[in-house]
Amino acid sequence: MDRTTIDLWVGIFVALGVAALLGLAMKVGNLTSNKIGDTYTVSAAFENIGGLKPNAPVKSAGVVVGRVADIKFDTKSYEAVVSIKIDKRYDFPKDTFANIYTAGLLGEQYVGLEAGGEDDILKNGDKITQTQDAVVLEKMISQFLYSKASEAKSEDGANAANPKGDVKSSKESSGEVKSTELGDAPF
Amino acid sequence: MTSTLLISMARLLRGIGCRMIERTWRLGAGARLFFLTLIYSGESFRRFHLTLREIYFTGVMSLLIIIVSAFFVGMVLGLQGYNTLQKYGSSEAIGVLVALSLVRELGPVVTALLFAGRAGTAITAEIGLMKTTEQLSAMEMMAVNPIARVIAPRFWAGVISMPILAALFSMVGVLGGYLVAVPLIGVDDGAFWSQMQANVDVRDDIINGVIKSVVFGVACTMIALFEGFDAPPTAEGVSHATTRTVVISSLTVLGLDFVLTSFMITV
Repeated sequence: MDRTTIDLWVGIFVALGVAALLGLAMKVGNLTSNKIGDTYTVSAAFENIGGLKPNAPVKSAGVVVGRVADIKFDTKSYEAVVSIKIDKRYDFPKDTFANIYTAGLLGEQYVGLEAGGEDDILKNGDKITQTQDAVVLEKMISQFLYSKASEAKSEDGANAANPKGDVKSSKESSGEVKSTELGDAPF
Repeated sequence: MTSTLLISMARLLRGIGCRMIERTWRLGAGARLFFLTLIYSGESFRRFHLTLREIYFTGVMSLLIIIVSAFFVGMVLGLQGYNTLQKYGSSEAIGVLVALSLVRELGPVVTALLFAGRAGTAITAEIGLMKTTEQLSAMEMMAVNPIARVIAPRFWAGVISMPILAALFSMVGVLGGYLVAVPLIGVDDGAFWSQMQANVDVRDDIINGVIKSVVFGVACTMIALFEGFDAPPTAEGVSHATTRTVVISSLTVLGLDFVLTSFMITV
């Protein structure tokens, strides 16, 4: 085969490879969506960050405005200090509220910012004082079970005090109690 | 009775020892060939058109098999993934499933397996036949270094071709998965791509896949080259060497894949 033809084919082959890699990076990967321009960094302390990880999105009103840059443990206050990089285009008031939310029931965790009403805006190096911790599912379930167990105990006590009560009616009433209990679950 | 038992035991042990020594010797000889190839690479790069020629034969000629199989692998991933994901009501995650399994695992590994079958065997048979017909000795007689003239260009051609083929495999596979998921099944177009982009990381997933395919390229090409170089100069020897190339390359790729993955996935 002619040498120029081979050169041409190899050139096409390498170009295809580069195009495939670029396509993977742009279309499949997060090269385009991950890029946020100039940023400023603020920090927020949480008592519990749950499963928050570096590079998790920071959203306000559902729009991604930044990324979690770094997570550290403060040995003095025993809190997690999360540094957040926010896009320079977005200003937030000083009394902004930082929450840790979960996307979906079991999805990844992200930081949600709710803007406050103050006129001063957050600057590089500032600290967000108002924070709310991540909701830990195990904690919630154990609280729920604990409250349920204590109510069941008090119910037993009531039944013991009134042993001649109609069995059927007591069952019905316990069913009612259950349904209200579910309604008033400590979520 | 006891003496025959002892003799058969001794024979068994001798067999194991002989095989062990032979394997170790071959491993050492392979490593020696690898280092010689690296040393003489500079010499072969001075005539770069040799390497280009080999890229044409190993890379460009493998394009068809790689693209067709990638397309089908992607489509099957789309169908199977949808079937399972829709049971959990998250059929939009199909894009993530297809992209991650292709970019992280299937792209590099299946490409390497196909490469071993398509290009590795050709390399082994060619070099084995060159040895059988004493072309390599003839080169040495003419003061042409066969490692610089024959081995090194093929080695670099394999190392360059493999990542390109693997990237193409992943990209075409994703397109195949897209074709099944979006027009055929009716998953939302935007959700398919946006979920994919949100969950595929360039450094953790795509670059790691490229690293894997480079390592597989070195391993597959080197095994094929060594088996050809080391083949007994008979018709039977070359045929055995070709078989061994496929078997050893495939096993090495799968084993290396586990090792590399365990290094890459560190939480």
